[in-house]
Amino acid sequence: MALFQIAEPGESAAPHEHKLAVGIDLGTTNSLVATVRSGMAVCLADEQGRPLLPSVVRYHADGSTEVGFEAQRNQAVDPRHTIVSVKRFMGRGLKDIAHVESMPYDFVEAPGMVKLRTHAGTKSPVEVSAEILKSLKVRAEAALGGDLVGAVITVPAYFDDAQRQATKDAARLAGLNVLRLLNEPTAAAIAYGLDNAAEGVYAVYDLGGGTFDISILKLTKGVFEVMSTGGDSALGGDDFDHRIYCWAVEQAKLQPLSPEDARLLMMRCREAKEFLTLNPEAPITARLNSGEMVDIKLDVPTFAEITQTLVSKTLQPVKKALRDAGLRVEDVKGVVMVGGATRMPQVQKAVGDFFRQEPLTNLDPDKVVALGAATQANLLAGNKTGKDDWLLLDVIPLSLGLETMGGLTEKVIPRNSTIPTARAQEFTTFKDGQTAMVIQVVQGEREMVADCRSLARFELRGIPPMVAGAARIRVTFQVDADGLLSVAAREQTTGVEASVTVKPSYGLSDDEIAGMLQDSMAHAKDDAMARALREAQVEADRMIEATEAALAEDPHLLNEAETTKITVSIAKLRDAAAGENRRLINIAMDDLGFETQEFAHRRMDQSIKKVLSGRKVDEIKMGEE
Amino acid sequence: MDLTADFFSLFELPRAFRLNVSELDSRFRDVQAQVHPDRFANAPDGERRLSMQWATRVNEAYQTLKKPLGRARYLLELNGHDLQAENNTAMPADFLMEQMEWREAVMEARVGGDHHELEHLHNRLRGDIDSRYDEVGRLLDDKKEFAQATDRVRRLMFLEKLLSEIDDALASLEE
Repeated sequence: MALFQIAEPGESAAPHEHKLAVGIDLGTTNSLVATVRSGMAVCLADEQGRPLLPSVVRYHADGSTEVGFEAQRNQAVDPRHTIVSVKRFMGRGLKDIAHVESMPYDFVEAPGMVKLRTHAGTKSPVEVSAEILKSLKVRAEAALGGDLVGAVITVPAYFDDAQRQATKDAARLAGLNVLRLLNEPTAAAIAYGLDNAAEGVYAVYDLGGGTFDISILKLTKGVFEVMSTGGDSALGGDDFDHRIYCWAVEQAKLQPLSPEDARLLMMRCREAKEFLTLNPEAPITARLNSGEMVDIKLDVPTFAEITQTLVSKTLQPVKKALRDAGLRVEDVKGVVMVGGATRMPQVQKAVGDFFRQEPLTNLDPDKVVALGAATQANLLAGNKTGKDDWLLLDVIPLSLGLETMGGLTEKVIPRNSTIPTARAQEFTTFKDGQTAMVIQVVQGEREMVADCRSLARFELRGIPPMVAGAARIRVTFQVDADGLLSVAAREQTTGVEASVTVKPSYGLSDDEIAGMLQDSMAHAKDDAMARALREAQVEADRMIEATEAALAEDPHLLNEAETTKITVSIAKLRDAAAGENRRLINIAMDDLGFETQEFAHRRMDQSIKKVLSGRKVDEIKMGEE
Repeated sequence: MDLTADFFSLFELPRAFRLNVSELDSRFRDVQAQVHPDRFANAPDGERRLSMQWATRVNEAYQTLKKPLGRARYLLELNGHDLQAENNTAMPADFLMEQMEWREAVMEARVGGDHHELEHLHNRLRGDIDSRYDEVGRLLDDKKEFAQATDRVRRLMFLEKLLSEIDDALASLEE
């Protein structure tokens, strides 16, 4: 495919050191970690050679944890303290979670996000997810033999702000530098697109363990442009298990089950589902603690029948996404299948029938997301593989809006806007002398605030007292490249920067993260401090390296005095980083950041001019051909 | 060039309504490839912030210029004709009558589930809209008649809304 050739900012003139970066697919059922080695994306396996890590965490009474296969095996023994499919709880309140009644956990309703009471204390889904991520981090560092500079973590495209924030918090808690939150279907598209040098419009149908995504992408000359996305963040393979479970309970005429029996039967149902991928009939047998014996058979037609509503439930978002992209079925050149649940024959058939073509399944649907994420991580970390280069343009899945009078929503940023994106909105006071106001931000497509998800209440304080309607407060909503929202406000007439309390109910503050880190470490404080120092040193080194590379590349953009100031700041930062005082390092980094601000502007400006003037040359050449 | 440069200058394109959209597409991709946060994922905070501001601006510029309505409105704005401020101005009676007839036709077809008729209305309206944009192009680019163009663009805002209603009706029939 045609590729960009651009000077990477911060690209070192010195021989390139390969930076260790990974892609992590934090899945509902299984998680994976992958990296690029000798130009190839590969999944990293555990000591037994298994690439998948079951997303299962078991808490023991002594505070220790068990993650993965071992925890999975023991889930029926200790269901209450063995957390499966924790992804379904990320950024969710108790009322948002389906099938709570059939779950064995001791839920604790907490503001914004549900928590779970375990042997080892009350755990938030963020902490449980962090255990999975930590385990993958350890695996990766052992395999690659060094510290990771960063990771790309994938999230379902349809995840809202709360779910994304929770995922990012979990990664930070696990000690990972998040290079980017990447949408799962987009990650899959990278893995497919780069492998097959594809051009045109592709649909990515991603049915995972607990989430469903559909993304429509346009691939042109090294650009992956997401045109629209849709889905259901609470629909996945788990729901198919649950259907079989309900069917089995009915068929075997079982009495209400204990948590242990329920978990056991659910495992058997999942095995039956997997067995049906290659076989016409699957046995479901289980000897329950209640003394009852389950011994029934499920065949493919029955399975298809009892799950038909689930399959057709996925096709509604598909239609909507196509419509949002302004496309028809016949415009779609290929359909990529992602997620273990797409192995089910009835799903493949329904998708094939809808798009009137055979879906693409040549990459392992379990691994494709992690492989794509690793490829992107490699690019973001600054490891260039030859002249390969590409650009991802992703979108926000759900509209962001504000509460207006009468509980109605006003859309501020519509769904499927390319990110990063921002929108400013003006507000005024409605009372004389009013100095504060509350703004309610919601995410969703419905007209009424009550039907959307409330993201945050922002309180604007410090508005200068004026008569009603005179103040003009400009509030800027910024969605960054991770799809995360931030808010800033300024009073226009006086220029006063209104203090904004950005306090999403679900996000963790730096202090909370630090607190959790301390709790989770044996030698609490020392380790956390040592780690923070180490992180600051790494960050300082990175900054020095980037600045020196920029100086080497573009010395002509600075005069002598400016160059001297920057060189002095670099020297100061180098001194600080050699010491043990984290505060001094941070101050020196801020100073260098300040001194290089203008330089960064000029470099950005230069690179835009260069690419636009470069174009003109290309056009002339094309004209001659 | 800086963050406050107008959207046409940002892509080094002439300030005109008649614009080569595929040229805009490729310039957008080229510029975005330079400024996108993915190019700065491993850069210091300051550069990351700068990159986000630029990428946001470039996205906004592209979204504004890509579609003819947005482009026309933006050009009028640059020339001191703000449509937003004139939103409450009444439309001529004959235009409003025409609008009502259109709406009745759309409603009838929707209630009757007449897919074919909706398609027909869509195509007719699309043709009408396209020829109106041709006129807007002449007014903006050749004659520099901004006041008249403002009036035409306001009508187009109505028509585009109507078109999206027809498309919604078609979509709901397909479900």
